[in-house]
Amino acid sequence: MDQPQSHIVVLGAGHASGSVVAFLRQYGTAAPITLIGDETALPYQRPPLSKAWLKGETTEAKLLLRPEKFYADQNITLRLGARAARIDRPNRTLLLEDGEKLNYSHLILATGARPRRLPAVDSLDGILHLRTMQDAERIRAALQAGGTLVVVGGGYIGLEVAATARLAGMNVVVIERENRLLARVASEPFGSFIEDSFRRKGVQIELGCTIETFVSEGGRVRAVQLSDGRRIDCDAVLIGIGAVPNDELMRESGLVCGDGVSVDHSARTSDEAIFAIGDCTFRPLPLYDTSGRLESVPNAVEQAKQAASAICQRALPKPEVPWFWSDQFDLRIQIAGLRIGVTESIIRGDPASSSFAVFHLDEDATVRAVEAVNAPTEFMAGKQFINQGKRVVREKLSNAAMSLQDIAA
Amino acid sequence: MPTIVFIEHDGTEHQIDGEIGKSLMQNALDNNVPGIDADCGGECACATCHVFVDEAWLAKTGKAGEEETRLLGFAATLQDNSRLSCQIEVTDELNGLVVRLPEAQH
Repeated sequence: MDQPQSHIVVLGAGHASGSVVAFLRQYGTAAPITLIGDETALPYQRPPLSKAWLKGETTEAKLLLRPEKFYADQNITLRLGARAARIDRPNRTLLLEDGEKLNYSHLILATGARPRRLPAVDSLDGILHLRTMQDAERIRAALQAGGTLVVVGGGYIGLEVAATARLAGMNVVVIERENRLLARVASEPFGSFIEDSFRRKGVQIELGCTIETFVSEGGRVRAVQLSDGRRIDCDAVLIGIGAVPNDELMRESGLVCGDGVSVDHSARTSDEAIFAIGDCTFRPLPLYDTSGRLESVPNAVEQAKQAASAICQRALPKPEVPWFWSDQFDLRIQIAGLRIGVTESIIRGDPASSSFAVFHLDEDATVRAVEAVNAPTEFMAGKQFINQGKRVVREKLSNAAMSLQDIAA
Repeated sequence: MPTIVFIEHDGTEHQIDGEIGKSLMQNALDNNVPGIDADCGGECACATCHVFVDEAWLAKTGKAGEEETRLLGFAATLQDNSRLSCQIEVTDELNGLVVRLPEAQH
């Protein structure tokens, strides 16, 4: 490392890559670093796009992870608005679409994920997705009080945009194929609570329902026809049906892939000179003895630390408990852990008060996951219990009067 | 521009020119001060931007608010002068501020 030919190339300009370049410098490497991104913006925070950005409560400057000056100060070369064409692994070269060739000693792939699309309607005006600042701008332009927004998919992205659109005075209809909201990503009691909250706010929710056809007029979506025959006239449709990892470059270059490019505990791929971090990775989940793909800021930051540590030959950081947050209406949702091996779920607090948590335990009463609404203490305690593999006494856990410090088994 | 000093757990000092109107956390990120993780981006949601405010400065930075205190309750090394740096706004008044960093944020 730090020989004259060292060159760290980072592909992608999201939260993971914005973090890894900072850690690389913090951990002491002086090697040249080049950061390549297909968007023209500096690395920015995506979570506010569905909330503060749509509401006009933040600016592009505030979204940036770090200001432009940071990259100059830290001697990081930016190549924004550029796309990679392929990786020439034998020659350790990344080829860009504009013909440029970048030699690397270490390549860090942080290509992220993209919204899953519905090809048949993709070209219609009024069909919206959310990933980038540009996407968010289109959504903001479509938020019209009194208009109708159809949201396809009752997952986090869909619900966050639904909440913001409702607050902006729109009629909002969420259409979900499963029989409950957040079916893939949250527990039943938690999903039911969210459903009740959204209905109370005037959001129409259609469960167990799919879209038969999109009705368009002059190249613009005008209505959706549901599987039960009903027609909903609308002004725009947000498609929030999940994301797919941007791993084509990795597959074409022969790196081992699963649901995303496979990496180890140090974020290294099957090629020792290539690392991958963030939404595009299929990663070990050591606290759960399995592997999976996570889409969250904390995941991006954790893997950025792993890759930077490995490249700078530092001890790897301890594994972290996966977690993420979401804000919907006046609900601050915080979720830690994964519901793997869970046999029992215990509610602490009263959902009617909009402040409660669902703790998920395995058969030994060890906490495996916690889903908290307006309950930061429960969230933080749950996250700590998961990290420590702590067993709890069920009756004490469900008794909200009992301090969380005193519920250990 | 107020001068602010961050002292890492191992004693390494980082003196920065603070930008007024931004949080102490964002100032640390902008200057690549190690030891501020800021997982949630300054939303008072994660307690990974924990700092210890030098006693002499507590009157000017103020003490932790209610939600901040609840989050800090789970920090590995809680002290009376613990704050989340995302909840401190840098002002001219803080010229000369010294904060120390815990050994780890997780």
